[in-house]
Amino acid sequence: MDIRALKLKSVEYRKTILDIIKHGGAGHTAGSLSCTDILNVLYNHVMNISPQNFTDPNRDRYIQSKGHSVEALYTVLADKGFYPREELYTLNRYKSHFIGHPTRKVPGIEQNTGALGHGLSMAVGTAIAGKKDGRSYRVFTLLGDGELAEGSSWEASMTASHYKLDNLVVIIDRNTLQITGRTEEVNSLEPLEDKFEAFGYEVRHVDGNDIAALVEIFGQVPFAKGKPNLIIAHTVKGKGVSFMEDAVKWHHKVPNDAEYQQAIQELNLSAEQVKAAV
Amino acid sequence: MELGQSNQDVFAETLLELAMQDHNILVVTSDSRGSAKLVPFGQTLPDQIIEVGIAEQNLVGVSAGLASAGKKVFAVSPACFLTTRALEQIKNDVAYSDNPVKIVGISAGVSYGALGSTHHSLHDYAALRTINNIDIVAPADNFETREAVQAAINHPRPIYLRFGKKPMYHLHPLDTKFEIGRALTIHEGHDVTMIATGEPVTRALLAAQILEKEDISCRVISMHTLKPFDTETLLKAARETRAIITVEEHSVCGGLGETCASLLLRHRFCLPFQIVGIPDEYTVTGSQSEIFDHYGISAEGLAQTARQLLQMERQA
Ligand SMILES: Cc1ncc(C[n+]2csc(CCOP(=O)(O)OP(=O)(O)O)c2C)c(N)n1
Ligand SMILES: [Mg+2]
Repeated sequence: MDIRALKLKSVEYRKTILDIIKHGGAGHTAGSLSCTDILNVLYNHVMNISPQNFTDPNRDRYIQSKGHSVEALYTVLADKGFYPREELYTLNRYKSHFIGHPTRKVPGIEQNTGALGHGLSMAVGTAIAGKKDGRSYRVFTLLGDGELAEGSSWEASMTASHYKLDNLVVIIDRNTLQITGRTEEVNSLEPLEDKFEAFGYEVRHVDGNDIAALVEIFGQVPFAKGKPNLIIAHTVKGKGVSFMEDAVKWHHKVPNDAEYQQAIQELNLSAEQVKAAV
Repeated sequence: MELGQSNQDVFAETLLELAMQDHNILVVTSDSRGSAKLVPFGQTLPDQIIEVGIAEQNLVGVSAGLASAGKKVFAVSPACFLTTRALEQIKNDVAYSDNPVKIVGISAGVSYGALGSTHHSLHDYAALRTINNIDIVAPADNFETREAVQAAINHPRPIYLRFGKKPMYHLHPLDTKFEIGRALTIHEGHDVTMIATGEPVTRALLAAQILEKEDISCRVISMHTLKPFDTETLLKAARETRAIITVEEHSVCGGLGETCASLLLRHRFCLPFQIVGIPDEYTVTGSQSEIFDHYGISAEGLAQTARQLLQMERQA
């Protein structure tokens, strides 16, 4: 899929994310918007995952460690054809499988997450199994930056480099915010690149909201033979909606009618801009 | 009945009042101050809040260290993460090492509703009950919350306080005397007893009101403390009423119900008995009150359980 088509998809995804959060009455709005472009590029350009191959042991794997941004994942999986788009509108409803964190009751989801600091260990296990069985699949996992305070992430990192997991791709959604405020004020992470390098990763930076840059960086995987891959994706939390961007209060806030209308207008405008660009 | 605030709100307000008087009181949070309503605390007493980031194990270990140096420490985080992920720190650093930390689990039980099982704590009574040297208190209303927080400040042992998110009805007259380890009878009755803990106590009381209209007299007990357990109040109910129902926002395994069952049997009581809680299955999805209703933790569901037990008793 070309860059322009992917860009248009991101806009549509963002509209759907806002729509289902508004309809469902709850959701992790800003974190979903922050990782929309990453999921878009992964599912539509990078990974071989589809409803048709989902039981194939050779498929790529995606584990969303920052499980709270599930609305983005549900939206992309619907677009991939894992289930009808209408089902998204059962989000948070009694007896619906579409709950506020990923569950394998929803087709296309690999692991149940939501408690932070679990995805990387599970991804490491799946990557080791892939090596043992001589399979070509790669394992992708997305972590929040606030999430990195969980010690388990660093335990898993040691295992990843010890087992030379160049089939593992760890993506950090570096939006610099968590619930309480800036990561650097809550519990400072920097120098993050140095930490990851010291733990044995081959590290790259990317603008995590730039489709072309994401396509380019994922195209370079594996970055180095025998080393796990780590991408620090510099993103904007709430990306795409002016008043949600980089605003801590939108972590888990639902837009009211006026906010929703304005957000959709802004997104429609950016779709027009993508279409107009040559 | 009059609707009050959420127990979490009352916890945060009470703690702020107490901490303004006593600068030895510290709160430790793990990106959890917003959910715990502790933002005003952080603004008013910035030197009395310690933030460790999203790291619950670290939260409990750090709290144990602070307590050992003489601080009065409240370690506050969602009950689900605190009592699973940090269970080893609770067991070793707090309980076993006897550092009297006040472990505060917020948004407990199924408060987080449709956020799903990762965010539910249906195991915490069971897990903590089997650990020596930690008391367990789950207040039902704002009064019990305020009293429990006050009592916790100088509590000589580690203690776990469990709070939910929903506004609660006031259940007690203001002159009620609260004591950790002593249950409160909030409604007298002689046919059947409902022993409940935490937020479901209100639902038990509403069930008693339904039953009253049918001439069934139902005693309702708020068993706010699960450890140390008020055995005397339980046995008195077994002597004075013909059936017992326990009600909890917890798995039916290992919590209030099984505590009562084992004590009743050990004291040779055999009477119609039912444990109402969350069954051992993939928990139904929905809001807290949808989950409660689904599993019969509702006024009508509990009234029906009472009718059935009394029917059994008549047939026996
Ligand atoms: C173990 C655990 N602790 C706490 C939480 C509650 N929680 C959900 S999202 C969140 C903040 C996450 O921040 P970050 O990882 O930076 O994610 P993002 O900014 O991408 O939303 C917290 C503390 C959780 N889900 N799991
Ligand atoms: Mg973040």
